[in-house]
Amino acid sequence: VSDEISILLNGAVRTATPLAIAALGESVSERAGVLNLGLEGCIIAGAFASVIGAVAAGPIGGFTAAILAGATIASIFALFTVVLRADQIVTGTAVNLLAFGLTGTLYSLMYGVTGTSLSLPTITSWAIPILDEIPGIGSALFSQTAVTYLLYVLAPVVWWILNRTYLGLNLRAVGERPAAGIAAGIGVRRLQGSAVLFGGALGGLAGGALVIGHAGTFTTGMSAGRGFIAIAIVVLGRWSPLGVMGAALLFGAATAGQFALQAGGFALPYQLFLALPYVLTLLTLAGFAGRVRAPSALGQRELDA
Amino acid sequence: VSVIWIGLSDSLAHAIPLLLVGLAVAVAFRASVWNIGVDGQLLIGATTAAALDLFAAPHIGFLSVPLSIIAAGVAGALWAGVAAWLRARFEVNEVISTIMLNFVALHLVSYLVRGPLQEHTKIYPQTETILLASRLPIILPGTRVHLGLVIGVVTAVTLWWVFRFTAAGFKLRLVGQNRHAAEVAGGIHSGRVIAIALIWSGALAGVAGAVELKGVTYALYENLSPGYGYSAIAVALIAGLSPLWIILSAFGFGGLAYAGGMLQRDFGIPATVASIVEGLIILIVLAFAALGRVWSVGSYTVAARDSS
Repeated sequence: VSDEISILLNGAVRTATPLAIAALGESVSERAGVLNLGLEGCIIAGAFASVIGAVAAGPIGGFTAAILAGATIASIFALFTVVLRADQIVTGTAVNLLAFGLTGTLYSLMYGVTGTSLSLPTITSWAIPILDEIPGIGSALFSQTAVTYLLYVLAPVVWWILNRTYLGLNLRAVGERPAAGIAAGIGVRRLQGSAVLFGGALGGLAGGALVIGHAGTFTTGMSAGRGFIAIAIVVLGRWSPLGVMGAALLFGAATAGQFALQAGGFALPYQLFLALPYVLTLLTLAGFAGRVRAPSALGQRELDA
Repeated sequence: VSVIWIGLSDSLAHAIPLLLVGLAVAVAFRASVWNIGVDGQLLIGATTAAALDLFAAPHIGFLSVPLSIIAAGVAGALWAGVAAWLRARFEVNEVISTIMLNFVALHLVSYLVRGPLQEHTKIYPQTETILLASRLPIILPGTRVHLGLVIGVVTAVTLWWVFRFTAAGFKLRLVGQNRHAAEVAGGIHSGRVIAIALIWSGALAGVAGAVELKGVTYALYENLSPGYGYSAIAVALIAGLSPLWIILSAFGFGGLAYAGGMLQRDFGIPATVASIVEGLIILIVLAFAALGRVWSVGSYTVAARDSS
């Protein structure tokens, strides 16, 4: 396996990491029946807060602030959708606008409209000895930042909780039939609210990873649609934590692959490459790529419907 | 006086795209169909108009104005039609499909403005500027207010009439308020109504794209829409999804966009403040609806999705 492919794969995993984290959180919230369209807002809030936290207390402070900010934005979303039972799509749009506006405004006020931006030190990747020498995939998977390794732990844990614990069983039940959940004595609102907060926290972490793991700075709107991409990834990953990992990698590979395609001077337009995962997601939804089923109560406003 | 005039006319100019996308959202939301794909449909509309203007305008002159706007509407309708078809045929949720189609549209435009439609110096990722004959003329001399305002207002009045006085408008509202009741008691084929609402919504978004291209930007590029599709939701909701009120609310949000730009220019306050206001307005409308103090908007936002 040549070096180029190794570099390409490494780039794919690096690009996929924030997407996978956000999508993992979103998948939990969707399994509980709540489509958090405000995920984009959680990510941008996390990105912004991570700057403040990192300036004050280094990378750990940055990630902590990012998680808290994501959860805060998600709590607004949860207040409206889970408590007041407002529509999830409309609320999500409002939350996105709010978070985009707030972070852009605060950042400009703090660091100037022209964006003479500050530059934070980014965390470096740690190569895991021995594992990173596996031919081909070693350096791609095991020469990454701590955020990626956290993901390797988190994804199986989330899978285990969803599929092997009562908590997970209740959560999935609520996502399929909220009314049945109420009848069974499950605290539906509390469970849905917690799932949304968890998703928001991971969304915030993804935003922090963008800043502290990659860019080293904040720019207005830097989440650049990643919240929506994460929602696509959840669908393509068929609402399963491990599927989400694979789907995120595919999206990451498309992005990383575009640079290879451009550098290689191929005649194929690289945008075709970038659009491919979305088309694939649509085909998956339509059932052309095997059976797929969303949680029955996904996006449903009423508990008793 | 002239400062006020500039403020008012600039707000009007900003209101034009918001009016058209606000109407696009209203058509879909009335049927409780969540068209999150307005931005994608708008881009496809603008792309179609640009292609027609660039290749056909030299031969057909002023005719390219009406032709390309109509073509843009058809293109937007077809783009939304994909989501409508996926929903009708495979029960694919339109929220997710329209988000996907937004990305596909964006990458398509990204390709076109760097490939077949790129301007002749091949430096900038945009098309050649369209000919004078293809542009929408300025209707208030000395301002940026163009003929798109008339198109928007006529569309709003037409929609008001459709919503209020036609069977189609009645069915739309019935399906939006209670899909199940519309089918059982009204004998309405709700799937068909939903598909038609989504397609018309896409058509209006496509027209908005053509109007923005021909009235403001004069060239196609990726960021033609600074998130109009999302602002549109605020515009439409505060107006209670009623077309005539949307004229007023679009003007209000146009003023907000103007004020945002002015604050940034003159006082160093970031223009992103406008997004905060938009987000807050939607939340306030939702809160009022949820708290039961329902004015007409409540029945749409709250009665959504009860039969899915």
